[in-house]
Parts: sequence; structure tokens; C-alpha cells
Amino acid sequence: MPRNPEVKKVLVIGSGPIVIGQAAEFDYAGTQACRSLKEEGMEVVLVNSNPATIMTDGDIADKVYIEPLTVKVLEQIIEKEKPDSVLPTLGGQAGLNLGMELEESGFLAAHNVRLLGTTARTIKKAEDRLEFKETMEKIGEPCAPSLVVENIPDGVEFAAKIGYPVVLRPAYTLGGSGGGIAHNQVQLEEILENGLRLSRVGQVLVERCIAGWKEIEFEAMRDSAGNCITICSMENVDPVGVHTGDSIVVAPAQTLGDKEYQMLRGAALNIIDELEITGGCNVQFALHPTSFEYCVIEVNPRVSRSSALASKATGYPIAKVASKIALGYTLDEIKNAITGKTYASFEPTIDYCVVKIPRLPFDKFLTAKRTLTTQMKATGEVMSICDSFEGAMMKALRSLEQHVDCLRSYDFSALSQEELIERMKKVDDQRMFLIAEAVRKGIDYDTIYNITMVDKWFIDKIAILTEMEEKLEKEAGSLTVETLREAKRMEFPDAVIARLTGLSAEEIKRRRYENDITVSYKMVDTCAAEFEAQTPYYYSVYGGENEAAATNDRKKVLVLGSGPIRIGQGIEFDYCSVHATWAFSRAGYETIIVNNNPETVSTDFDIADKLYFEPLTPEDVENIVRLEKPDGAVVQFGGQTAIKLTEDLMKMGVQILGTKAEDVDAAEDRELFDRILQETEIPRAAGGTVFTAEEAKEVANRLGYPVLVRPSYVLGGQGMQIAISDAEIEEFMEVINRYSQEHPILVDKYLQGKELEVDAVCDGTDILIPGIMEHIERTGVHSGDSISVYPAFTVSEKVKETIAEYSRRLAKALHVIGLINIQFIAVGDEVYVIEVNPRSSRTVPYISKVTGIPIVDLATEVILGKKIKELGYEAGLQKEADYVAIKMPVFSFEKIRGAEISLGPEMKSTGECLGIASTFDEALYKAFLGAGVDLPKYKQIIITVKDADKGEAIEIGRRFEKLGYIIYATRSTAAALNEAGVKARKVNKISQESPTVMDLILGHKIDLVIDTPTQGRDKSRDGFLIRRNAIETGVNCITAMDTARALVTSLENKEKQGSKFALVDIATIAKRGK
Amino acid sequence: MKAFLILEDGTVFEGTHIGAEKEVISEIVFNTSMVGYVEALTDPAYAGQAVCMTYPLIGNYGVCLEDMESSHPGPDGLIVRELSRMPSNFRSDMTIQEFLEKYEIPGIAGIDTRALVKLLRDKGTMNGMITTGEDIVPEEILPKLKAFTQDRAAENAGVCEKYTVGEGCRKVAFVDFGTKSTVIDCLTKRDCRVTVYPASTKAEEILADKPDGILLSGGPGNPKEYVSIIEEIRKLYQSDVPIFAISLGHQLMALAVGADTFKMKYGHRGGNHPVKDLATGQVYISSQNHGYVVDMEKLDEKIAKPAFVNVNDDTCEGLSYTGKNILTVQFYPEGCSEAGNNGFLFDRFLEMIDKREGGMEHA
Repeated sequence: MPRNPEVKKVLVIGSGPIVIGQAAEFDYAGTQACRSLKEEGMEVVLVNSNPATIMTDGDIADKVYIEPLTVKVLEQIIEKEKPDSVLPTLGGQAGLNLGMELEESGFLAAHNVRLLGTTARTIKKAEDRLEFKETMEKIGEPCAPSLVVENIPDGVEFAAKIGYPVVLRPAYTLGGSGGGIAHNQVQLEEILENGLRLSRVGQVLVERCIAGWKEIEFEAMRDSAGNCITICSMENVDPVGVHTGDSIVVAPAQTLGDKEYQMLRGAALNIIDELEITGGCNVQFALHPTSFEYCVIEVNPRVSRSSALASKATGYPIAKVASKIALGYTLDEIKNAITGKTYASFEPTIDYCVVKIPRLPFDKFLTAKRTLTTQMKATGEVMSICDSFEGAMMKALRSLEQHVDCLRSYDFSALSQEELIERMKKVDDQRMFLIAEAVRKGIDYDTIYNITMVDKWFIDKIAILTEMEEKLEKEAGSLTVETLREAKRMEFPDAVIARLTGLSAEEIKRRRYENDITVSYKMVDTCAAEFEAQTPYYYSVYGGENEAAATNDRKKVLVLGSGPIRIGQGIEFDYCSVHATWAFSRAGYETIIVNNNPETVSTDFDIADKLYFEPLTPEDVENIVRLEKPDGAVVQFGGQTAIKLTEDLMKMGVQILGTKAEDVDAAEDRELFDRILQETEIPRAAGGTVFTAEEAKEVANRLGYPVLVRPSYVLGGQGMQIAISDAEIEEFMEVINRYSQEHPILVDKYLQGKELEVDAVCDGTDILIPGIMEHIERTGVHSGDSISVYPAFTVSEKVKETIAEYSRRLAKALHVIGLINIQFIAVGDEVYVIEVNPRSSRTVPYISKVTGIPIVDLATEVILGKKIKELGYEAGLQKEADYVAIKMPVFSFEKIRGAEISLGPEMKSTGECLGIASTFDEALYKAFLGAGVDLPKYKQIIITVKDADKGEAIEIGRRFEKLGYIIYATRSTAAALNEAGVKARKVNKISQESPTVMDLILGHKIDLVIDTPTQGRDKSRDGFLIRRNAIETGVNCITAMDTARALVTSLENKEKQGSKFALVDIATIAKRGK
Repeated sequence: MKAFLILEDGTVFEGTHIGAEKEVISEIVFNTSMVGYVEALTDPAYAGQAVCMTYPLIGNYGVCLEDMESSHPGPDGLIVRELSRMPSNFRSDMTIQEFLEKYEIPGIAGIDTRALVKLLRDKGTMNGMITTGEDIVPEEILPKLKAFTQDRAAENAGVCEKYTVGEGCRKVAFVDFGTKSTVIDCLTKRDCRVTVYPASTKAEEILADKPDGILLSGGPGNPKEYVSIIEEIRKLYQSDVPIFAISLGHQLMALAVGADTFKMKYGHRGGNHPVKDLATGQVYISSQNHGYVVDMEKLDEKIAKPAFVNVNDDTCEGLSYTGKNILTVQFYPEGCSEAGNNGFLFDRFLEMIDKREGGMEHA
């Protein structure tokens, strides 16, 4: 069936800010969809509140709205743009929910807009728990016994009937938010109450616990003619009970026989057909480990995280094909882009093993529980490909960049057998390491299996790896060539082999080359080599034939990607890598991307000329370099992951394009940098470099508290803290030094002032500064967690001029060629520099879009030798735009139990959204709305602040009062407020008698908690409990007075303005830029 | 122990010996299914071939004897990247190594199977030898490799003695050229009484048993070599008894009515082949195992028309015979079990039978 000719203008709904459970995969899917729609001649209107995405670029869609994702905003966009169709199935759960709401309200029908792809009827059948169950029953597909409840007593009654433990799953929530397993009535009531509130429709499914069963997923596709295929099967190494996003996943399924495989494949096809899905769909099954009994866990009638993984694992472009299906094409009409010969209507077959490991944020949230449950906690993931499970596992481990490179990286050798057995009962991110230690200690497979329910096949694979460790240890200096070959086949890095044998890594490398133990690259081709493929998408294996022919006809550039999405290094860097790649390509270069993140656009096979899906470690990159011999590499776009490789790349003889490595060093190295500041006469806060806690205390006492403590060479302020005492210095230094630090730790005097930031392009002579961003929160809150306003709105012209001047001097002194990011503090008219990063930053996509100046493209041109003036731009600080654009951080605290939510110098946000408007007030309101702060609701607020903040609390309280808010406050805050004439009701502290502040929060009638933490990280304090409970019950919680002030300003404005917005088409700004 | 795979073009792959200790010369083919190695190892249509599994990890779920598609092994050899040292599945009866030893199938592991597949894809199916002999000089044995043929394997791949299974009301005559047992199960499950005949059975004998329908099974080898069988099938064609033919049976029927077959470059072997039903436009993912195919160019449309085509390469995947109750398909219609989406063709076959019966009652 050819495409529907009536579809001409399509609105694509994006997924909004990156939060846990909804990450970069939807930028990948959305970007692929938009490109695919444009390929078909559609006019594409895009809406997404997330400015860090590639999909929100002016060149991806025709009209781009970076506006809050609410029904009202979408209605306005539809009224303005008059699309004939809406595509809601590529923007994750957020996009799907919006599409549904528009359809259900009758708005789409009233405006003659059709929902493309899967129909609303189908979405409802798949998403509504009750309808889903009925549908499954009708076609004989088993579900675990379950009941949808809308209140707690029904849940309690049903659980008593089917027996504990029971699983609770709220309907229509992201990443299983608010779900969990309850082992008794107390737990049930607690989780249920929370889940009911988080569910959009107030429904929670209570179901038989099938924890411990095998978790198997199928990605399936169906077209409007009813042709169905499965793309990929996936098996979770962690059995049912751990969210699939937090599980180690292997593709294809490894432990299913043909009978089980066909049974589940058939079930997936049955389901997708009965639901009449048109597009992609994900079906999750629980399979009993010792029978053919299975249950359908859930169906996602849309493109999902798993489909991104399945796409990258097989090479089959699910989002692209789903978009074409939405337009009416059938599978047999869509070409398989990989082979160029065959069609999309086939089932990919793969001839390698894929392992995905989640990137969990416990290195950021030290107080958080590491336990893994049905509630997802991972911020991102890595994938690896190899011809064995062992190899894929080893590659994936080192791709995580979490100080792990083998199964010994967490040392449990001190635990006894009994202790290990106890410890394995705890399901957390260290489970594989524990199993490895259990195997080493001789605990039998049955015992390990009975505790973990991890299939014995996987346990045996782990055993094969630990046996190799032992073998290497035993052979030590007399390491044989055979053992070395076998260890490399299992992807043991040289460094690990060196550690185990006592030889040096250099020696291992030498022996490898001497004995011709080198990598070959194999192609990902969807068809196990049955057909000749066109697509240069490669992975490495040791031994065998190399399929990646080095090409030499054009100049070649290696673009190093940014690895897994983590707090502090998010999707922004993929944006930069992709744009740089495109810019190099336009300049006639052959482009090569190395990355290991399956959720990203950069790992789509048609972004660069070649894609190497490999870990980003020096050894893995060197293998690629030896084959490709690139003319240069760019590291400045791939975040810290790429920057870290600079030195090694130089040792390999690869030219670093753009800013030189020694200049990057100069910016990071305290002494060198101080010298530059002296030469350029730029002031900074006094400070010193230390390695030990003793040295740190000495410096701190010399400077006087408070001081800022942080490791150098990190992104996202990891480990950064404000210390006010010797005791805190000791605490923080211990945390930082938990991993041995190659570089010194910085201790600086803490200055309180306005924080400002610039991203700029420098060509060695001139600097182009698109604009100055000002943070709403004063210094001390990490820039990534601050509300950022462009253009700077409170500082004087003099400060702006000084910043432009200092930026120029710094860029020049550091010989920056390409991007530079500088952070400043303004105290009055005095400007101090905080830090300089001669590379791309998190604000690059944001500033590019709101100023219309494509700075990654310009930086790339500059790196290639062009001058700013030749590129048609004036040097210096650019004229301010007519818009105010506010970047609002978005957090995922509710997903991570036990995490401290108060803001500080260490970054905690997972994503961001944008508010853009012609006035500050409207932009701010949009930004809050985009971040999900939609107030007022009940007009009740709790204020509890530390003494230093009481003055500001009075002013803010008064403004809330004026808006009609009832204020509750803890004892001393209430006293201060009342004394100043702001009416506040006193509530008891948690330890006091009921009703306490906690009861109030749990009563669900509170709009907002303003809680500024007292110093220190003692989490037993009341404040910590208040903040955690607020977050976990879905109450907005603000921990900085500046944020609170901004919010009240925005609410005041809403009163005045109402809910109609002026919409801004980003694509027109992009055209305006030059 | 070292093992070698020597191809007729002189290419030698060195790996590790697996399975039975014997040397074998056969045609080397590859199968792209990621699961189903037990079914492949017991599919008689692989007679005279050594099969290379493109999925690198084989043996993960061991061998469940219940899943065997015939009482004896299909292929003469097995080629894998890695043989799992420990199977894990609740139904596993033995490891794949034990299975290979028990059924005397030799094999080789640890070779670059992808490189082998690319070679076969580019040069076409080749003959080869799996051996542990370290002193073999490839040049000396190449003529022997080139001379190898499957040698009318179908004549011996099926049953030797006629037998009957099932209690159903429809009588199906099943001519066994080397079938998978699942095909028979598909009929007995659908209310059929199935009489299985050896490949060499005369048409007269089959028709004398007055079957309601006839099924011509799949099997190994070059269809054109089965001259006498084709003769018998021609008689069945003329009989008016509804016929459903699969794979080799489909090719033999085409030859019986004067069409032609040719050897494909490297065949279709795997579980992901898309076939399009030309009557409905529907596309099905099918399981296949064949190296020969009916030449659509030389098809007399007055006798038979294409009913199914392969979406990837447009080759013939099924024929419908004009004015006849005959349906033939190149792919395996049974899939794995009833859950497979191709089982509907058996239903179509039964409809053909039932309609004719009804018609007869009318008369």
C-alpha cells in the first residue's frame, strides 16, 4: 500500500526533558522519524520542551517549538500550524499520553487532525490495565492474576486473595514510577498510596509476583495491512523483579530453546495483531524457568528504550520504519537501508552477541539505596557487541566508565562464603561481581541460582571469565601465547591482564603484536552476512577476518562520542558530536564515530561514514586508530569521556584537531592556570591544590571557611562540595579519594555572587560569544542544576563587557581553537573566573538554538582552519536576541530512593527544558511548566529554612501569601514569618507529636515545600526526611531561595497573564542567526 | 583436538574438533536461525550437507530429544563458532557434544563462521571436508571434494516402510522424501489419519489406498535427479486427489508438469525468509531449507501460477495449479508449532480436501 496522500503536514511530539526512564533514546527515535518524514516530502512540525535534543534543530524539522509539553500548548500549536496529522508514538510515554489526551478530549477530531500510526483505541487497549487484561484473556495470552484498583482497601483485599508478595504497577507512568513489590500489607499500603497518586488515571495494578522468572522481550512491528514481524528477542540476565531498564540485557535471548522461543514469538505476534498496532511495539514476557508457563508483563505500543536497543543491536532502523508505516507504507514496500537490496519485511538475524549494561547513578547519590526493583533508576546505558557473551560482557563493563574493567573491579574477596550468600540476596548493581566472587569461592551453581535466579548459563559464563582470571594469575610472568590469545578473545583489556599476570600493560601489548593477536572488525548487517550490506557499522572481535577496510581517498576525522548518559554528561554532548560530524562531512571529510551508547543519534548508522560501536578506552580506540589511521581526532565535543582520551591519542600519533592537549591541561592544571590568570590579569577566588585531607584543611584554614572542594578533570562537579568545617573537609576528601586521584584536588575560597556563563568559539585570534547566560541561583549550586537565563538579566553592562573581555583574553591565552566554556562570578561589578573548559559544554545546544548561532558548526569550521570573520560573523559578544530563553533543570529524585535532593556544587539534574518568550516572566513560567511544575493546585505551602535564609523566606512567604497561599512552617521559620507579619501556621517536626510536617506532606494537599538544608550531609536530619518524602509523594520541593523566588515570580505572572502563550518557532531563530 | 574445514576452492579453516571422530565430505551450507539447532540437526533435508550455524553460540539450551525432527540426524556435519560448554534448559537431555557423538556427526568449532558465510555467499555453495587430519594436503583432495554430490539423498532420507499414524477422519497419503516429523504432527493434530509412504512408492499403490489428500514432503538433494519419482508424481497430478507439496515436493511437482528448477547460489536456510502471498498481499516470515528453486521464467502459466514469492529475491515460493486442487510451497509451512503463523496452509489443504468430499457427496 503506498503512503496516504492526505498526510502532508505532521506534528511530531517529543518526549520532553531527560528523566530516568525516558532518556536520549527518544531523541534518537524522534530524529530518525523526522528525517524519515521529510524524506517523504512531509512538512514536519516538532514540539519538544528539551533544547538539548538534536530533533529540536531547525534543520531536522520545518517548524520547531521548544515549548512545555502540555495539552494546552499542543492545542495552541495545532491551532496555529494546522497540521493534518499527529505522530505521538515516537515521543515515549510523555508523547503518547499527550496524543491520547488530545484525542480523548475530541480536540483532534474537531480540528480534522488524524492520529498517525497506532490508533487511540489500540493505545487504550494496550495501556489501560483492565482493557489490556481483557484483550489478553480474549486471545488466550496469559497474564499474571491481577486486579486494577483505584483505592487501598480493594488492593489489600485482592492481595490477601492471591497471596503476597504482589507487584504494584501504576497505570500511565514513566519507567514504572511509583511501582514496587510488596511483601506484606504495610508495604502494600505504602506503595499503593503513592502509586495511585502518581498514575494519571488513578489506577494501580496489583498482580501475582512472578519475580525470579525469566524476563524476555520481543520488539515487534506491524503495518496497516497486518503484516507482522519480530525484530529482536532480548533476555534479561536479571530475572523478573528488576526493571528491564536496570537489568543487564542480552540479545538475542540465550537460554530459550526453539519451542520456548517460537511460543513467545508467536505470542508477541498474536498480541501485536490483536491490538492492531501500526508501527513498533515492545512486548515483555515472564517465562517460568522450568516450564512452558508464561505471562505477558506489559506491552508498549510505541517506540521505546528497548526498541532503541533492538535497533542498535540488529541494525534494523525501527523508528524510521515505524514512521513509514505510519504514513501508510507496508513492510514489503520499505527498503532495508542496511542491505539496500532486501526489504523491511524480514526478521533480522544476528551473528554476534549483544550485552547492554545500565549506567546507574549511585556514584552520584552516595546515600541512595543501590537496590534494584521494578522502579527504574538507571540514567543511561552502554551496549557492546562481540562474538561471545564473555567478550560482550567485558567490553560493556569497561564502557561504563565507572572504574570497572573486569569482574574483580568490586572487591568482595574479603567476604566468607556465608557472607557472600547473604550479600547475594540483595539485588543491586554489584550482583554480577558478587556472583563472580561466589564462583571463585567455590559456591556451587545451584546455590547461586537459587538465590539470584540468574540462569546457570550466565553463571557459567561468569565462571569462564573468573577461570581465565585465575589462569592468568597462575601463569603470571610465564604467560603463554595461547592463554593470551584466549584472554583477548574474551576481551580482557591489556591493563587487566597486566594486573593479573604482574607483567606491564606495555609488555602485554608488545606480546600481542608480536604474536599477531589483533582485532578484526565485523559488520552489523541485520542478516548474518546472508546478503551483502552497504552499511559501515562495525564491532571488534579478536581473530578472524577483518571486514572494515580502511579507506584513504578523503581526509579522515575520528569523532569520539560521549559514552553512556549520566548525570553531568548527558544528551548535550551527543548533540555536539553529531553536529560536528555533520560539519566535518560537509567540509569533505570522511567521518568516523566511536561510541557505545545505544540510545543516541550518534550511534545511528547513517550519521557518520563509519560507526565503530566500541568502548571508549585508550586500548579500544587505539585498535581503531591502527586500522583507520585518521588524519586527526576531535575530542572537544564528546564531554569528559573524549577529553580523557586526548593524551593517549597523542601517544598513538593522532593529531588532536582544535585546541591542543597542553592547552586543555593548562585550563585544568591549577598552577599553569594561575599563571595564565596572572598574565591576563583576570582575578579568581583564592585557592590551592591538595592531595590529602590534611593539606586540604591547611588550605581551607588559610583561606577561611566556607571553601569549595572539588577534584580536577571532572564534569558535572562530581565530588564537589562546599565545606564549612574541618570535619566536613575530612568527610568530602574521603569520598573523593575513594578512587585514587591522578590529578590534585582543588580547594577554593567560596565567593557568593551572581554566576554567569559563556560558551564561545575562538579561532585563535577572534572570539565569537553568542551570549551571556546568567544563573538564577547564586554560586554554590552547580551550573547544570541552576536555572539559566539568556540574556543575562540583572548584571550591569560593565559586567557584560568585562565578561566578554575576559573571555577573549582567556581563549587567546589558552590558544583555543574551537569551543570554550567559561564560568564567572560577579560580586557587584567585580568579575571573577570560576573555571574554564576549552571544550563543548552542556549549554551549547541551548545557546545555539536561542541565539540562532550554530556554534558547533562554527567551531568545526574553525578547527578546520576557517576564521570567524570568513564565516560571516562579527567577532565579540553578539547582539542580544529579542527573546528571553530560560533553561530549567529537571531532576529524577523520585526514582532514586534515599538520594539527597538539596542542590549544591555537585550536579544532580538529569535533564532540562526550555522556556522561551519575549518577556522574562512568560519565559520563566513556561520553563517551570515544562519542568512539570504546574501550580497552583491546593494553594498550601510548607516553608522550613535554615537561619541564614529566614530573611529571604519572609519576602518570599509574603508573596505566596498574597497569591492566596496558606503557609505552614516549622517552629523557628513560623516564628520568623509571623513576627514579620506573614501569617504562618506552625507545624511540628517529625520527631514531635502528630500532626507533624510529614503528615501534612502525606495528606496530599501541599503544592510546594521550600526547604533549605542546614550544612552537612547528615541524612538522619528532619530536613532530609521532609525533602525525600515530599519528592516521593510527588510534591514539588525547592531547596534554594533563589529558585523559590523565581517560582513565586512566575506564579504572580501567571495570575496576570492566564494560560495563553505566545509560541516561538525556533526554526525562524535559526534562520535569523547569521 | 585440532580440526580443519577444507573447501573445494582450497580455503582451509582451522578450528577445534567437536562431535564424532570421523572425517566427512559434504556440501557446505549455512543456516541463519538463531535458535533451533536441534531441529536443524535432525532435518533430513540436510542429508549430504554440513551446516554452518551463523549464530555464534550454539548448544546453550542443550538437546531435548523430544524436539528431534526425525529419528536420525539430518546433516553430515556441524560447523559452529562456539559450542556451549554448559547447557541450561529444564528440558535438556544431553549436551550438544553428547548428541553429536551419539549420532556420529562430526564437526568443527572455533572458526570464523562469518568469514565462511561470506565466502559461500560470494562464491556460492561449495563442497568441503571436515577432518582432524593434520597431514592432509588440500591440493590432493580437492578433486575428491569437487566430485562430491548429494547423490539422490531423498531416496533414503525418508521412511523405508509404509506406516499409519493418527486417528482423524481424513485420510492423508504422505510421501516422505525426508520430512520433518512436525509436518506429520500438523496433520494428525488437524483430524487426519496419515499414511506415510517411502519415497519410491508407486503412484498406483498410493491411489489404491484411496486417500482424501496427498502430501508431498520436503527432503534433500537436486530434484532433477529423481527421475522416477517425478514420473510417479505426474500420475498423482492427474489423479484429482487434492495435493499439498512442500519444499522438495513442491519442486518435484513443478518438474512433473514440465517446469524447470535450478540451483541457487547459496540457497535459503533459516527462519527469517519473507514470503508474500500473491492472492492477499500478506507477507509471512517463514522457515526454509532449500538449495534449489523452481524457475518462474519457464513456468507455463496455463498449468501453474506463482502463489507465493520471496520478498528478498523474488524467487518462487509457491505455486497454484490451474484447474487443480494442488497447492505447493517452497518454504516450511509448519514453523515450529501451532504458534507459528504459517500453520494456516495446512488448514487450506484441509479445506481443499473437505470441499472435494462435499462435492462428491453432492454428486
